[in-house]
Amino acid sequence: MRFWEKPFGKEKPKTICGEIHIINDRCKGCSFCIEYCPRNVLEVSKDFNKKGYHPPIVVKPDMCTFCGLCEMICPDFAIFVIEKEDE
Amino acid sequence: MANNTAQLQEKSHPMEDLLRMDRMPHIWCSGCGLGSAVTAFVEGLKKAGVSYDKTAIVSGIGCTGRVAGYLRLDSYHTTHGRAIPFATGLKLANRDLTVVVFSGDGDLFAIGGNHLIHAARRNVDINVICVNNFIYGMTGGQNAPTTPLGAYSSTAPFGNYEMPFNLVGLAAASGASYVARWTTMHARRLTDSIATAANKKGFCFIEIVSPCPTVFARKNKGGTGLDMLKEFQTRAIIDHDADPTTIPLNMDNEIVCGEFVNDDRPTFWENVQAGIKARLEKFANWEEMQSNSRKISHKKDRKYTSSRDSSIMRRNT
Repeated sequence: MRFWEKPFGKEKPKTICGEIHIINDRCKGCSFCIEYCPRNVLEVSKDFNKKGYHPPIVVKPDMCTFCGLCEMICPDFAIFVIEKEDE
Repeated sequence: MANNTAQLQEKSHPMEDLLRMDRMPHIWCSGCGLGSAVTAFVEGLKKAGVSYDKTAIVSGIGCTGRVAGYLRLDSYHTTHGRAIPFATGLKLANRDLTVVVFSGDGDLFAIGGNHLIHAARRNVDINVICVNNFIYGMTGGQNAPTTPLGAYSSTAPFGNYEMPFNLVGLAAASGASYVARWTTMHARRLTDSIATAANKKGFCFIEIVSPCPTVFARKNKGGTGLDMLKEFQTRAIIDHDADPTTIPLNMDNEIVCGEFVNDDRPTFWENVQAGIKARLEKFANWEEMQSNSRKISHKKDRKYTSSRDSSIMRRNT
């Protein structure tokens, strides 16, 4: 649905965005975060980390909605999300 | 990517204040669900609003037994199977503490099975979190009391012939106040469950079904940890009203998850206090009764006023 007119006095609703941080050398490459990200923000990286695993890489940073499921499901405490500040 | 690493150095993982970072990385295999369980536990404690200074975590031996060593809380790494006796003593000695037992199925149900059922029977005010990976993981995949019928293990090369324990059923039948079962995939529900248990009085039991990719999945063609997690996702159903005694875990049946029992029963310490109070009251009445009877019985002979004198008299005569 397309609004031709902006509702008067209403601001554009804010969508919460998250900023994903990956601690590469702590990752053990289980790819839980990649599989269970609801918006497919992550993908397997082609690089190796110190242990020889492929850590995840953020491919669609704008799609992250700060749900925090990757942080909850990571068994190695290697990924976390913080709320992105408005710019 | 370079930008990402630059930001990394400024910010650290939000759980690092509760983890012993000098011990990281942990020994758990890639794809193991134990790390997820620890995250859920820490988030649950944060959600419950429990003071970290007033929280103690007790673990036994095994892969899950190492949780106590990785958390920056007051922690005990106890002997094999004896996590619950240690926790019972800890709770009774310092009743302000929130005591959590975090241990595996082999520790809590094989060698420590009696301790668990008796702690549940007494309704000691502790929370028991049992991570069930269906096998003895650390020692190399031997048959555990939770290994499903027909599953392969190091000591069951032709399939397991023994019926497994139904952990939630056993805990509920023994009289636990709160019984729940989740898999590591149900991260948020597990967090809520741990938060509920942390603020609940009485014996709380939470079973966490966890993948063991290195031992259990390898013997049973389960694939990687991710494959096991996906399998849990297809098999898991949530039914809070299910009877916990009728939902065993087999190789291919559905994993019924939920909070099955949420009762309020008097805890062990409340029963102790009530018992002592009743005894003291009885004792007070008894003294009164004794003095009354003394008055009656000594009416004839008023020479002896105290009971001590009367006993001396009796001895002399």
